[in-house]
Amino acid sequence: MSAVIEGKGGFRAWLNKRMPVDQFVADQLTGYYAPKNFNVWYFFGSLALLMFVMQIVTGIFVTMHFKPGDATAWDSVQRMVREVPYMWLIQPMHAVGASFFFIVVYLHMARAFLYGSYKAPRELLWLIGMLIYLALMAEAFMGYVLPFGNMSYWGAQVIINIFGTIPGIGPDLVEWIRGDYGIGDATLNRFFSLHVVALPFIIALLVALHLVALRQVGSNNPDGIEIKEKLGPDGKPIDGIPFHPYYTLKDIVGVGLFLTLFAIVLFFVPTFGGLFMESPNFEPANPVSTPEHIAPVWYFTPYYAILRAVPNQRIGALLMALSIMAFLFLPWLDRAKNKSMRYRGFASKVLLGTFFVAFLMLMWLGLKPADPLYVVLARICTALYFAFFILLPFVSRADGNGPVPERVTYHAH
Amino acid sequence: MPIKFASVAAAFALLLGAGAVSADEGGHAGWQRQADNEIGNLPSLQRGARNFMAYCSGCHSLRFMRYSRLAEDLKIPDDQRDQFLVPASKKFTDYLVSSMPTKDAAEWFGRAPPDLSLVARSRGSDWIFNFLTSFYADPASRQTGVNNLQLPGTAMPHVLASVQGVQNAVWRNEEQPGPDGKPIATRVFEKFEPGVVGSMAPEQYDEFVRDTVNFLQYVGDPTQLEREGLGIWVVLFLLMFTGIAYMLKKEYWKDVR
Repeated sequence: MSAVIEGKGGFRAWLNKRMPVDQFVADQLTGYYAPKNFNVWYFFGSLALLMFVMQIVTGIFVTMHFKPGDATAWDSVQRMVREVPYMWLIQPMHAVGASFFFIVVYLHMARAFLYGSYKAPRELLWLIGMLIYLALMAEAFMGYVLPFGNMSYWGAQVIINIFGTIPGIGPDLVEWIRGDYGIGDATLNRFFSLHVVALPFIIALLVALHLVALRQVGSNNPDGIEIKEKLGPDGKPIDGIPFHPYYTLKDIVGVGLFLTLFAIVLFFVPTFGGLFMESPNFEPANPVSTPEHIAPVWYFTPYYAILRAVPNQRIGALLMALSIMAFLFLPWLDRAKNKSMRYRGFASKVLLGTFFVAFLMLMWLGLKPADPLYVVLARICTALYFAFFILLPFVSRADGNGPVPERVTYHAH
Repeated sequence: MPIKFASVAAAFALLLGAGAVSADEGGHAGWQRQADNEIGNLPSLQRGARNFMAYCSGCHSLRFMRYSRLAEDLKIPDDQRDQFLVPASKKFTDYLVSSMPTKDAAEWFGRAPPDLSLVARSRGSDWIFNFLTSFYADPASRQTGVNNLQLPGTAMPHVLASVQGVQNAVWRNEEQPGPDGKPIATRVFEKFEPGVVGSMAPEQYDEFVRDTVNFLQYVGDPTQLEREGLGIWVVLFLLMFTGIAYMLKKEYWKDVR
């Protein structure tokens, strides 16, 4: 596909002489071939990008009216929501958006687990994705602290203190993060800077790298076979279709469905029963009044449950760090020849299913108080969580090598 | 494809619903009731505003709410607003801040009366309803002579005693298993009995509290009605948009074999 339209005058030719606009569109969209058998799991990549843009745009407006600082933060949020036109919509969009961003990211990651999208040659794509996930967790945590409600304060207290369990440097590190002996003005100001400037830049850069790496290796697909290995006479993959218009149009349908769900929550149940906005956060931060039950926001609770499952705080923190870091090793722990779960044995499916259930259970348990029964359940789920990573090399090598189809599974409709 | 779609939808629902169940538990004791207030009921909101101004605003502030906004949202005409709502010392654009000095208040009551702008969001409407209906005579409380079932040991006196009267609590003793397994004698609340009679009948008082709670829910989230009104149109638009996008996608995908 020759991108630059030769012999054509006017603005477009003028522009293309100076900047490869058409070439870029051809390389990235109309000439980028994606497997034709994507299913709904493949909506979540573009939706994650949508959420990133939405958070940036709503964040710009929230930043206009937000005043960092322990004496001003909470009031400024309440005032903007009540007195600045349409901020009653935009501020909750940003807050609810954070939860939806994580829903999308978790489903995007689950897709990679299902179809082995992290396996060679996509290890780097996966690693960059994991870095985005880590940066996003830091971004979300700081954003959660900024409005300085009472749960912001106590949640931050709990999470920052986890760093205090690091031997030797712990206490000094905690003080360095807070910038003070307690969470206060200095903490809020630096979190504001990181939340609004540093981390969004880092995430944007990582997202760009994620896309560059994706263009290099091409998308995986539900069958986990490489479409580049079956080229037609024109040198294009037989099972590939141009990203534009096919997947741009399909992704727009996904965007429509997703935004409908988002709007239902945003307009009718923005607090989502205290899950997306917690009721103690409708009280200002109060260092002498602890909320009845402190829990981080739902998207951190799987790790929080792992932390609490261990009686020894230091080992708990170590396990928690490991539980997140384990994702980084996934491409090398998975020894199967086949990528997709579709062509792996029963044992692999059970192993992955157990992991998903354990993760969701931990998420739920992290929201609950540490009652004895819940602690036992959290320990079982923590064991199952790590069992997945420990058993994966053996199980995947044993039953991940069956026959795979020559061509992707696709039924025209 | 439909199975896959169902599985993703299920995963989505699971993630969404993961804690929706757990979020709103907080075990209701038998005596607790639901506020059953209707945020769309304008006369109720207006009565609630009147109740708040008459009985609450002396001590409690709504420091994020302006008189002007209140009057506009609750459709109170300007002349009535200036006559009944705005105190002589305030302008109509001022925030509803109590004129009680915080420091004195803390000395008088043991703690300063909290700002109530967001109480309906932090505690919930049912909580306020149960708080305002469960004051009872308690000679052990030397400060106020009353206690409260929803917030035992509350520093707040029974401000509404002239309206509700002061009810007595009837308790029974029950043995409950203690932490070591041995039964412990526990005082369990059974019911309220009329004590000192107020100016309102019990049902009338419930309505009075319901209006007040309704008003506080409005103050906690003043745009709730506007938001839900707009939300219907946004969702309808998005459904239509999705439908058209789907048809367009289908048309293009005809070529994919």
